Amino acid sequence: MQEIKKDMYLIDKAELLQVIMEKKNALWRLCQICCSFPKAENHYEVTYSFANGYDFANYRLIVEKDEDVPSISRVYKSAIYYENEMHELWGLNVENIKVDLHDKLYRIDVETPFIEKEDK
Amino acid sequence: MGKRSIVPYGPQHPVLPEPIHLDLVLEDEKVLAAIPSIGFIHRGLESLTSKKDFNEMVYVAERICGICSFMHGMGYCMAVEDIMNVEVPRRADYLRTIWAEMSRLHSHLLWLGLLADGFGFESLFMHSWRLRENILDMFEASTGGRVIFSVNTIGGVLKDMPNDMLKEFVKKLDEMEKEIRETTSIFLNDYTVKSRLVDVGILTGEDAIRRGAVGPMMRASGINVDMRKNGYAAYNDIDFDVITSNNCDSYARCEVRIGEIFQSIDIIRQCVAKIPDTEINTKVTGMPNGESIIRVEQPRGEAFYHVRANGTKFLDRFRVRTPTFANIPALTQTLQGCQYGDVPLLVLTIDPCISCTER
Amino acid sequence: MGQFLPFTKQVLKNLFSEPATTQYPFVQREYPERTRGHVDINKDQCILCGMCMRSCPPGAITVDRAGKTWTINRFDCVQCGYCVEKCPKKCLSITPGYQEPGPEKFTYSVEVPYEPPKPAAKPAAAPAAAPAAKPEA
Repeated sequence: MQEIKKDMYLIDKAELLQVIMEKKNALWRLCQICCSFPKAENHYEVTYSFANGYDFANYRLIVEKDEDVPSISRVYKSAIYYENEMHELWGLNVENIKVDLHDKLYRIDVETPFIEKEDK
Repeated sequence: MGKRSIVPYGPQHPVLPEPIHLDLVLEDEKVLAAIPSIGFIHRGLESLTSKKDFNEMVYVAERICGICSFMHGMGYCMAVEDIMNVEVPRRADYLRTIWAEMSRLHSHLLWLGLLADGFGFESLFMHSWRLRENILDMFEASTGGRVIFSVNTIGGVLKDMPNDMLKEFVKKLDEMEKEIRETTSIFLNDYTVKSRLVDVGILTGEDAIRRGAVGPMMRASGINVDMRKNGYAAYNDIDFDVITSNNCDSYARCEVRIGEIFQSIDIIRQCVAKIPDTEINTKVTGMPNGESIIRVEQPRGEAFYHVRANGTKFLDRFRVRTPTFANIPALTQTLQGCQYGDVPLLVLTIDPCISCTER
Repeated sequence: MGQFLPFTKQVLKNLFSEPATTQYPFVQREYPERTRGHVDINKDQCILCGMCMRSCPPGAITVDRAGKTWTINRFDCVQCGYCVEKCPKKCLSITPGYQEPGPEKFTYSVEVPYEPPKPAAKPAAAPAAAPAAKPEA
């Protein structure tokens, strides 16, 4: 784990579940999960944000294009929507979501609209 | 054991101004589980960053929602200002605070009306909306828009409110406060209202955290968190207490929101008394490069803005997590074990804003 | 009484007070001066630079430099005011008065009497390829 800037830590995939469990046991709430695909870097960045009172912490996971991320929806139930959204809009594979909506969270015709076709 | 059945609820339903669909698993009249599905009005506003430059995105951000439009614009501007290291003039901060609190006032009055409509108290609904109309008129007089204000810009605000206009607004709010107190006392004391709200839809504090609830939903479960205490805009100069309630039911949520109405009026008064005379915007040059995360307390709860810029005029990522998105898992929790007749009411108590949710 | 029938007072008040709404078709609403109703142009000051066209978020404005017209589709306009802010000559303004609804979308066009000053050296130079030219006439 490495601090990029204030309240923002870079973690790798092996650390993720440990971090999530720590947060859960300390009663932190899941603020959001944000997926982005900066064109310059050409990889996914998944940011998990947690808050406890006024404390705030973000954990960033760097994921290559054809890699999967583990789901945290079995620890935090509210992650279901964020993870389905990630898969539907960005095409990032999330393993083993508790309720997998199979790209039916948003009723849209386009597949992975947030990512340009040549990037895929 | 009674007979189990699944009842589809929504997307078109008299109490729902916007489409959300719930599949309710019923055992007789009792709801065992609720499976929400959203996605009827996804507009893909976040992906517009690749087509609109970061200045135009202010207007896109405002159109995420029709009720908290001002705060969406403000949150986005604050995030970009944070990236570009722009110091906003103090008067602009105060003006933003005043408009934000007026938005909260009108949103909560709207919600009270919808709640009254939800349990069938039509005349109370009309009174709440009559009061809200005055605030919309104030918005129109000060910004030119009744719903979408378009006064935010990166580096401050575009329109000033002259001091005598502010004084006049405070005078109007003083008059309104009396009327609001009368109307809200009906919500808090009326026997029929209480019988619909008290002990309906319990969400304990621990559940609220586990499900990631935000805003009044969370504060009604006794958790003392209000993003305004982080001191963005002019809130660090303002003296206010976070309103919480320990009852965890629908009545507590109503109580918290009513408390926030009077708190907002008080904050506006403090702002008008303290507002300094400075410029209202600073000239911003250059392109943003970097990233920023801003959390803003909207009427419905904490909204989350994540802006990532790459030094060109198009942003890499603009992420908005709206409060309703975070409250939907909490909604399914409150629906478990409730009576079928209470479902519309419970959907309303999270103050749903579905177009916000799907962006 | 307050605790048992708190709405009674309000009911009595409603019975003996005027309606809160305006009698719309007979009484017209007065708009405050800041109301953003529609975009107006002062055509004598316009220099056809096209800043408004490029900055318009919904793309409602078109500026034709060759045909000397400024065109707006008022049905697409969202009254955000960004064109007014961007206009270098401040010839645009937002004034009260909303666009009336109609059976189909139409555009509103203004002929701009602006004469670009003739460049002295090259009279036949490319006319379209000079977006940054901002002549002070």
